[in-house]
Amino acid sequence: MTDPIAQPWGTRTPFGRGGEWPVRVDQFLEEGLSEGDVDRWVQTASILHSNGDALDIAVKDGRMVGVRGRGVDRVNKGRLGPKDLFGWQANAAEDRLKQPLVRKGGELVEATWDKAMDLIVEKSKGLLEEKGPLAFGFYTSGQLFLEEYYTLSVIGKAGLGTPHMDGNTRLCTATAGAALKQTFGTDGQPGSYADIDHADAIVLYGHNVAETQAVLWMRMLDRLEGSNPPELVVVDPRPTLPAQRANVHLALNNGTNLALMNALLHELIENGWYDEEYVQAHTVGFEALKGAVADCTPEWAASICGVSAEDIRKTARIIGNAERLLSTALQGFYQSHQATAAACQINHLHLLRGMLGKPGCGVLQMNGQPTAQNTRETGADGDLPAFRNWDNVDHIQQLADLWNVDRMKIPHWGPPTHAMQIFRYAEQGSINFLWISATNPAVSLPELSRIREILSKEDLFVVVQDLFLTETARFADVVLPATTWGEKTGTFTNTDRTVHLSEAAVEPPGEAKHDLDIFLEYAKRMDFRDKDGAPLIKWEHPEEAFEAWKECTSGRPCDYTGLTYEKLRGGSGIQWPCNEEHPEGTERLYAEAIFNTQTEYCERYGTDLLTGAETSEMEHRAMNPDGRAIILPAAYTPPHEQPGGDFPLRYTTGRTIYHFHTRTKTARAPQLQNAAPDAWVEISPSDAETLGVGEGDVVRVESPRGAMEAKSRISGIREGVVFAPFHYGYFDQPGGDSPNGHPRAANELTITEWDPVSKQPLFKVGAVRVRKVAGSAGESAPAPTNTASAPASNSSMPETTGGVKA
Amino acid sequence: MHLANYLGYLHKAELHLAEAFRKVGEGHAAEADVYHTCNTLAKQCEAHAEMLGPFVDRYDEEKPTEPDRLYHELFDETRSGGLGLLRDMQDLYLMSHACDIAWTMIGQAAQGAGDKELLKVVDSCEGQTATQIKWLRTRMKQAAPQALLVAS
Repeated sequence: MTDPIAQPWGTRTPFGRGGEWPVRVDQFLEEGLSEGDVDRWVQTASILHSNGDALDIAVKDGRMVGVRGRGVDRVNKGRLGPKDLFGWQANAAEDRLKQPLVRKGGELVEATWDKAMDLIVEKSKGLLEEKGPLAFGFYTSGQLFLEEYYTLSVIGKAGLGTPHMDGNTRLCTATAGAALKQTFGTDGQPGSYADIDHADAIVLYGHNVAETQAVLWMRMLDRLEGSNPPELVVVDPRPTLPAQRANVHLALNNGTNLALMNALLHELIENGWYDEEYVQAHTVGFEALKGAVADCTPEWAASICGVSAEDIRKTARIIGNAERLLSTALQGFYQSHQATAAACQINHLHLLRGMLGKPGCGVLQMNGQPTAQNTRETGADGDLPAFRNWDNVDHIQQLADLWNVDRMKIPHWGPPTHAMQIFRYAEQGSINFLWISATNPAVSLPELSRIREILSKEDLFVVVQDLFLTETARFADVVLPATTWGEKTGTFTNTDRTVHLSEAAVEPPGEAKHDLDIFLEYAKRMDFRDKDGAPLIKWEHPEEAFEAWKECTSGRPCDYTGLTYEKLRGGSGIQWPCNEEHPEGTERLYAEAIFNTQTEYCERYGTDLLTGAETSEMEHRAMNPDGRAIILPAAYTPPHEQPGGDFPLRYTTGRTIYHFHTRTKTARAPQLQNAAPDAWVEISPSDAETLGVGEGDVVRVESPRGAMEAKSRISGIREGVVFAPFHYGYFDQPGGDSPNGHPRAANELTITEWDPVSKQPLFKVGAVRVRKVAGSAGESAPAPTNTASAPASNSSMPETTGGVKA
Repeated sequence: MHLANYLGYLHKAELHLAEAFRKVGEGHAAEADVYHTCNTLAKQCEAHAEMLGPFVDRYDEEKPTEPDRLYHELFDETRSGGLGLLRDMQDLYLMSHACDIAWTMIGQAAQGAGDKELLKVVDSCEGQTATQIKWLRTRMKQAAPQALLVAS
């Protein structure tokens, strides 16, 4: 095998259109070990990105010693990315939390589980008595397991009765969910990864697939190098690896996505490149769209987006003439303003072309995090479980019957409270209890100085449940040590609806407890009961929780009733819906072009794309979509914060292939950490010249909210745009939880603003200024040289490699 | 003909609504969504007034005498806190309803007068006013339980 740090996508196994993607099994074992030394292999899948790569953990003497891809699995056919190969080592890091901590005299000190849970329960009961359930907020993750999310969801909705629940999935995938609900009636990915095998055109909208989902890019690369390769279009201001391979690279200004989308729709309609019969039979709203984009010519969009009208035309021709079109979207669209509006237009392109539900014809509204799909499905993000509609009384009654509680117990008077609003209520002092599980808002939310202030508030009781003493945990009143992947059992679902089983391989360290057991213990101590006086939560183990979840999904789009742990054991992951009708799962949704928009069945009646105003049931009935997809146009508006004056440059944040989220795990895997050891800032060559900045110089980037300092990488990024990776916080810095004079977190600068529909924060549109504060001292930026952060010109800087350890 | 009077009334009401949206946005700037949406909607109201301008002139034989009482009664300054936000948005709600029904009246008159150009303006604006009302309703519904039950 090649060095997976130097060549993260490995060697090619080309295949032609419609062919079978060959198996390639990747493996990494600790130095000096071979397969013969391994005691046993334990089945799981990756939780360090959203692709869902299936793998087995190698166990020797009760310890994890390596991983191997599962050749039998539909998602990766044995392949692994660098985070899959090396990330598992973090489990055994010495600084794992092994005992609960409680705050005493301002310091976090070790305590027993009994003492820690007592504190949490005492606080909860007091607050419930004093202020009621609306004083409680839960902020969870995209990295727990389905069984844990569902349990948390039931505790919040039917135990306490609070609508204030969300996950960090709000930051990565909320727009995917919102766009799917808006167009197709419910959440649920229409397409399949296998559409890559069949497509003759692939368009990546703000999706740097090479770094977000390395294995998915391997699949695309193998198509690009096989016979009949697809045409490739990439929309991204950075010169990502997919952009370098693209037939058309639209390096547009960030903050202009919707202008581009409207021009593409204009071209399709203008040139008659749409399926009139399909549009007539299976959609509502086409005429409004036609009117809305009538003036959106390529020239108009070109002047806004900063790309050529010819490239927009070329793109429209590719989309308009494709026979099998696959589109994918991610943070470039989701973390920009007008996020849901722009993401919906991608759905519309497919509706116009009638390209859904057939091999190669798919939309993949991507997830950013590994188990984000389950956060959305179970309602741990505040939605109602199994894609039920908070505004539909019958749906609430179904849950009340299932849980045997009074319907009034379940908060359903309005849309769920999104993360930014939960933190706002905490800031205002109306939420006084915040339980944060498996995530790190002190690094990942916008405008960090504000978040730190909120987490430090005297009147806010903060519980943090995590593996390590993260930046956020340092603000907690109680810290609960949790187990993780490889130590606990459960299931999770990837972006293309593939459900995987993940089994415990090794014992957890110290007194760390399973997330499920922590939630169950809380429910027990709080004595949550159903209306007959029986315990509200009727399960004790992961498999029982899974069975309870199956019952909840019966008859809903994410139907799990045909799945069991046994069925998921041994073979490939399986795509929901999986039920009596589809016992082996379902590759693609909407093959018959009947969508989930029936008023009685849909998850959302609709929202205005400009303001987020809710559509009422009556309005939905009047529109009578009844199984037809809903086309909803929107006019482009510029971002509220535009570059100019004191802040002349556009600011965008993003990830690198070697790290996940806030590096809680990946910083503790030496190969990954060494590949991207510290923060950097990407600047275009012409901006660097104007600013007098050279490679490796230390620059200070400032926005109206805050500043960060890091070494500069002179890269091929679009002129006028500055990029910073969001992974770097302070846990391994002298500050611990805050900059302490050395700010390096990208979110010190980002704006407190969100998309009006999905409520996803705007991490990719903001205005900044840059100045040099110190020279390079002869060292280049610590940015990888083999990814989108590659230097613009050939240089003598050391290349990113894994060295002997890889 | 009293259409001039009504056009003048709506023209003024849209401008006052714009001002009120801006004031509420500024007054509750810590609510990021309220701040931005109010500013967006303020611009929308100003655009409505601008589109009405030529018709005010065209039909203007006597200056409108009707004052926009709602604005003067409701909007001295914004309140603070969660409850203040609710009350301020409720005022915006009343003012946008005054515009909404005025659009309906003017639409009716435009039909009667066979004024296609005016009808076109009504068509493009009244839907936006309706959405403003829907947004206020959505946002107030979201805020009400927290503001009325737990906020200090």
